[in-house]
Amino acid sequence: MTTYSYFPGCSANSTGISYTKSADFVCKKIGIELEEIPEWCCCGTSAAKLTSYDLGYALPSRSLALAEKLDASRPIVAPCAGCYAALKDALVYAQASKENLEHVRDMINMPYEASVQVMNLLEVFSTQEAKDALQQQITKPLSAFKVACYYGCALVRPVEVCKFDDPEDPQSMDTIMRLAGAEPIDWSFKTECCGAAQQMAVPKPSRVLIERIFQNAEANGANAIVTACPLCWMNLDMRVKAINKERAEAGKPAFDLPVFFFTELLGVALGGDAKTLGIDVHFQPGAPAFIDQKVKESAQIEEERKLAAAEEARKLEERAAKLAAKKQAKAEDVHSPQGGEQ
Amino acid sequence: MKIVDLTVIPADDRTAVAAIAAEAQVNFKDCYQCGKCSAGCPMVQGMDLMPREVIRYLQLGKVQEVLNSKTPWVCAQCGVCTARCPQNVDICATMRAVRHAAKDAGITPVREADVFEDEFIKNVRAHGRSNEQYLAMKYNLRSGHLMQDVDSAPAMFARGMIGIATHNIDSRDEVSALIDRVLQNNGAAKEAPKGGDAS
Amino acid sequence: MSRIGVFICYCGSNIAGTVDVEKVAEVARTLPNVVHAETNKYTCSDPGQAGVKAAIEKYNIDRVVMGTCSPRMHELTWRKLLADTPVNPYMLEVANLREQCSWVHKDKEVGTAKAIDLIKMAVAKVDKLSPLKSTQIPVTKRALVVGGGIAGMQAALDIADAGYQVTVVERETSLGGKMVMLDKTFPTMDCSACICTPKMSEVGSHPNITVKSYAEVESVEGYVGNFDVTIREKAKYIDYNLCTGCGACTTKCPTKVINNFEQGMSARPAIYKMFAQAVPAKPVIDAEHCRKIQENKCGACAKICPTGAIHYDDEDKVTTERYGAIVLTTGYQLIDWKPLYPEYGGGKYPDVITGLQFERLVNASGPTEGHILRPSDGKEPKNVVIIKCVGSRDPHKGVAYCSRACCMYGAKHAHQFLDKVPDGRCFVFYMDVRTPGKGYDEFYMNTLQDGAQYLRGRVSKIYKEGDRLVCLGEDTLTSAQIRIEADMVVLETAMVPAEGVDKLGSMLGVTRDKDLWLTEAHAKLRPVETNTAGVFLAGVAQGPKDIPDTVCQAGAAASKVIGLLNHDHLESNPQISRVNEALCQGDGACVNICPYHAITLVQKQFRENSQKITRTVASVNPGLCQGCGACTVTCRAGAMDLLGYTNESLMREVDALCQW
Repeated sequence: MTTYSYFPGCSANSTGISYTKSADFVCKKIGIELEEIPEWCCCGTSAAKLTSYDLGYALPSRSLALAEKLDASRPIVAPCAGCYAALKDALVYAQASKENLEHVRDMINMPYEASVQVMNLLEVFSTQEAKDALQQQITKPLSAFKVACYYGCALVRPVEVCKFDDPEDPQSMDTIMRLAGAEPIDWSFKTECCGAAQQMAVPKPSRVLIERIFQNAEANGANAIVTACPLCWMNLDMRVKAINKERAEAGKPAFDLPVFFFTELLGVALGGDAKTLGIDVHFQPGAPAFIDQKVKESAQIEEERKLAAAEEARKLEERAAKLAAKKQAKAEDVHSPQGGEQ
Repeated sequence: MKIVDLTVIPADDRTAVAAIAAEAQVNFKDCYQCGKCSAGCPMVQGMDLMPREVIRYLQLGKVQEVLNSKTPWVCAQCGVCTARCPQNVDICATMRAVRHAAKDAGITPVREADVFEDEFIKNVRAHGRSNEQYLAMKYNLRSGHLMQDVDSAPAMFARGMIGIATHNIDSRDEVSALIDRVLQNNGAAKEAPKGGDAS
Repeated sequence: MSRIGVFICYCGSNIAGTVDVEKVAEVARTLPNVVHAETNKYTCSDPGQAGVKAAIEKYNIDRVVMGTCSPRMHELTWRKLLADTPVNPYMLEVANLREQCSWVHKDKEVGTAKAIDLIKMAVAKVDKLSPLKSTQIPVTKRALVVGGGIAGMQAALDIADAGYQVTVVERETSLGGKMVMLDKTFPTMDCSACICTPKMSEVGSHPNITVKSYAEVESVEGYVGNFDVTIREKAKYIDYNLCTGCGACTTKCPTKVINNFEQGMSARPAIYKMFAQAVPAKPVIDAEHCRKIQENKCGACAKICPTGAIHYDDEDKVTTERYGAIVLTTGYQLIDWKPLYPEYGGGKYPDVITGLQFERLVNASGPTEGHILRPSDGKEPKNVVIIKCVGSRDPHKGVAYCSRACCMYGAKHAHQFLDKVPDGRCFVFYMDVRTPGKGYDEFYMNTLQDGAQYLRGRVSKIYKEGDRLVCLGEDTLTSAQIRIEADMVVLETAMVPAEGVDKLGSMLGVTRDKDLWLTEAHAKLRPVETNTAGVFLAGVAQGPKDIPDTVCQAGAAASKVIGLLNHDHLESNPQISRVNEALCQGDGACVNICPYHAITLVQKQFRENSQKITRTVASVNPGLCQGCGACTVTCRAGAMDLLGYTNESLMREVDALCQW
């Protein structure tokens, strides 16, 4: 049982409720405990940094200091990619020099050592311990799921702050999905921005960003998109409806790709039902039906695979038996007086 | 088209460029205008200058063009430009620094971006956390885009994502005091030094 | 009493700009044992040198201080000048008033004061010098060329044609290097094979040239005129005396190995000739992939060979021979772009290829027999994007320098594509177009007329959608984001030094620059020499360049080698270490530190207190000693002295600075 200090983020009980529910379910299943940091506050996200650099560092640092107070030896886990980026950025800033650390302490007016590690949820599930536990617990392999793992910007950039996965072609979510039996497709928009932060202020140019993500996922054969960020998820899942409407007007086919949190799919593989995992509250109403359908198909595929494997084993056995028989015959041949060319 | 005399750039403009360079910790001379930033920028359709052109105007000392440009306000801060720049120019930080400088000069070329940011901070100041439904509501009221995303609200409400209740934390006074303190000192803290180690 | 002459140079305004030259001369006249001091506008010019000679005669000068530019520039000039006078050429001290004084100062007062100090030091040192005489070292009249590309072949032919024996060592199984992989050469578009393979065959059959293919230099000892070089020829498993080159063996081999000559775009057998026109025109067995050698199975090639030339028990052959001079023509490889550019797919898209792959695709003897077909599905691409400066001029991901040949190379590829696919479209993304060669810019302008669409900007991303490769770029001239759905993308990637050059360089004492290219002795005045006497450079080993420049440089290196081999003897540098045997303790510290293996310990008999005793002392081999001085600072007893830089003269120099 590993315990992390938990920074849920402001969307945890609103638009990101499915992420929270499914992450809770999966963590409980594999023995990860999340203890919420008391009195944590908003990380400020990019809005704070755009207002003032100082505010961009001060808001997340306050929660980092509270986590230190809770238990300095435990890493913080921030499931939301935006929170992760803000917390880690503030941490790296404070760790860069004594002057920076002093400045942060002055701003937050709290004892603070910049000593706790900040992790995102993919990192947590990428530890050997978590992977082993997952492997053991998976009861429904996701064999019919062809998923486009979408990481977004905040998990990988700025590169020198995150230092987490490849900034152009990250693999951690792909590995986790593969572990759950799904087939992660190779596609090119894993870390292209979805424009979530600008959808309110400059909606028109931001829509294009969502569209090209769906476009590339679909063109490369995905049947679902998987995310690790509540902002990305909401942006993609909520706004695809409007985009499809526009596409219909332009005579283009609609996108038919449900968007999931990776924890939701892990939850399905671990036997969770749509309601427990929060899949029933998606914006795209077809999500629960999609899961039902694909789970059925997956079971079928697994069955076929089992049969094929048994058939393969049988053939091998047969061949081995034949070979043994041949050898036997040859040996007898050599010993018989008529055999050979002596 | 216009004629530009580069021998008559006002001293104030030069100072303003130097301040932007210092805040973003960027040496604009590093940029050789290859355009890789603008080639990969997802938001160009909302911009009036290419990110490359923002840097170019700063190289020329023409700060007014940059302060009045929509580009830094349309920028989604996704950082893909900085990650791919062959000369390690932090374009993303430059956009932030230009926004700060423009706001200080009283210029907000994309009013909606400024309003959103402002309402976001107010929201956090009031509750300690961000309450999405109130943020969206207030933003829509102030920006004048009354109906934006409203069609999604009933769905969210019905699914229990949003509600009437607000998320407050007990120590929200601490948070508001923190925000006030920092903003009063009008923080223009520098970017965290890259690759620096604790010393 | 010595008679010192001091000559101070204006060097136009180079020195005089920040040094009051007349004042320096005035101070020099007051220094002990200085009998004459004068100034000159350009001392190195003919009248300048005549003036120095005249003064030496007039004032009966026996040693000289030259207050001029760096000794790296003109020490040899002054030595030659002195050789024409009664003054010994080593009774000379150069005070560097230019590179280490006038050029680094702005304030004339400061510059003058420092120049005076430098002159004082030089006067104090030269006062303590003694005349030195060179000895003669024999020259082995044979040259070694490392690398059998176009540079190595040209250098070898030029040296061999002058009548000297040459050995060419080539790492691959054939001569030809990178040039033989190319299809056509810019700007004349003559076929690369047509001009390269005749040279290969000429090298292979020249009576004065020995080719050692599939071979590498293992170690080098010795010095100019006398390098003992050990060469390892890898086992070829084929007796070249018996093999007729019929090629029957290569048709029977069942193994398939990735063909590196075809840039990974086809397969070859384990017994193979690198390409049809290879020299030597005989195959080798790639032992790592041969089933007979690895598993003792198969053996098909030996069965079919009509002359019984195949021997699976062949072994590497190691030989040591002596050479008078060495030419390094180790060339380049293309940068491994895949891990550096994940935004270009990092190698996962087979239709994103390098320029060298394109050369093979367009080459009549390549894997597609000259039809431009994309590697993924063999379809003819209609929209092709060419990206220049991939790895080059990219200090963040690749190298900072310009690879020099790619602008022309890219234009050539565009031209070739449009020629072969008339209904195709070609887009070239560039940052600059650099065409400074004869007929080069005309070639580029013609490519534009062919219809190549040049776009000024770097590509940010290449991604796959359907079977198209989408390239995102900017046309910075119109500030438009450009999206091109390409069928194939050609990356003109950077040149980087060939693998293993570091080892070879350190074996020979040849340094590498910040980009790891081998360093010439002087960028302008000694471009093919290295700092190790007798070792020369040519071609891309020294830095990126195209074929015309490479051939020029190879000719230049050859002429330097010929000049060297023309001598029966060389004058040795007399500024070498000397052992004071009376002080030597024989502890061998100098032996261990000497980088040239020039010092040994010997048993010697001495008379001490009218008794004969035997002691161990150090002994310096004057042929090997390069005068580096490492031994003099290592010796605790102070028994080692560097002639021309004796401990005493250096101490006097320091005194001059500190006490006067």
